[in-house]
Amino acid sequence: MSDQSIHQIRVLNRDQSFECAEDQVLLVGMERHNAAAISVGCRGGGCGVCRIRILAGEYETKRMSKAHISDAEQQRGYALACRVFPRTDLEIESDHYQAPESSYQQAAVAQPTVK
Amino acid sequence: MRKGVMRPGHIQIRVLDVEEALKHYRDLIGLIEVERDAQGRVYLKGWTEVDKFSVVLREADEPGMDFVGYKVLDNQTLEKLQGELVEHGCNVEEIPAGELNGCGRRIRFDSPTGHMFEIYAEKEQTGKWGVGNVNPEAWPRGLKGMKATRFDHCLLYGPNIKGTLDLFRDVLGFELAEQVIDPEGTRIAQFLTVGMKAHDVAFIDHPEPGKFHHASFILDTWEDVLRAADLISMEDVSLDIGPTRHGLTHGKTIYFFDPSGNRSEVFCDGDYHYPDHEPVTWKAEQLGKAIFYHDRVLNDRFLTVLT
Repeated sequence: MSDQSIHQIRVLNRDQSFECAEDQVLLVGMERHNAAAISVGCRGGGCGVCRIRILAGEYETKRMSKAHISDAEQQRGYALACRVFPRTDLEIESDHYQAPESSYQQAAVAQPTVK
Repeated sequence: MRKGVMRPGHIQIRVLDVEEALKHYRDLIGLIEVERDAQGRVYLKGWTEVDKFSVVLREADEPGMDFVGYKVLDNQTLEKLQGELVEHGCNVEEIPAGELNGCGRRIRFDSPTGHMFEIYAEKEQTGKWGVGNVNPEAWPRGLKGMKATRFDHCLLYGPNIKGTLDLFRDVLGFELAEQVIDPEGTRIAQFLTVGMKAHDVAFIDHPEPGKFHHASFILDTWEDVLRAADLISMEDVSLDIGPTRHGLTHGKTIYFFDPSGNRSEVFCDGDYHYPDHEPVTWKAEQLGKAIFYHDRVLNDRFLTVLT
């Protein structure tokens, strides 16, 4: 693979960066580098956990759940990292997903948790 | 008290791309593709299921679950339960025969957890796939992937699981087989059965209504669960957790995601339930062990990732 097809992804809010190939989605690129800059959910565009905002750079996306990314939000650079292919270096912000807290989880507060 | 509901009959799942979804449900899980309808929905079933289909895939903008259907004994039971659902206060809608290919009239109703359910009495019986009903062979040749034998149950998240228990127990005749109780005595998870299985449907308390946690398909053996895990790695499929065992129901299991982010489970074995059994209770203080019996710690993704 030529160097042109590898892009640098800077995650500003986490002060981290990782490399991602053009044929990889951002989340897969991140996981392959053992980085922990974006939260990982279903990896299929459905759950919303890896919701990010892309601040600079060019990219393409696969179809994403409109429950998490509306057309208007997509215009404003919001996306699910599991569905984004980089076309240039990107600057992004992660942690744009707000999870509702269930009592199932509240009951679990005192227990050890793996992330 | 049983009310004539026999079994889970079908689930309609929303996917972002039907062709990608087929690679998951048909080629990986090993369901049989039955047919497609005029709306572009794809019908599938596990090979041991005698009715025409049990899984329907519909392409949509938002992944998740449209509805789950339960088959009842006969049309008389259907009529009676329709009346009782109305009396109970559900929003009840009648779906004409044929709206799903090969399925009779369906009575659709909502639950306090914000999900849509249906009951129906008639569906075309095409028999088990690849084996007859007289002197049948053990299994058919030509099964794919994990070779799942049937659609077993689903787990749903939403508010007011108590109201949904009242509906399923009092109107539909399901029984509470297993539960999780928090220190204040509130039930935060419930596993309901309408036969001898540990669960035909399960609910977990959650503020957002109508959420889908997983659809589950049954395999024959633990060896088959390990083989499913091998296939998940070979195909680079998004893994959630497993292979492992649950404390709840004691099933041996693995969880993974379809290409639209809907969670799937394949599992084998587990507890059984008779009508005179008291519910099995797990205390929320032991929730980690209740969910994953070996790890004994909570897995954040398993609890929070939903469609």
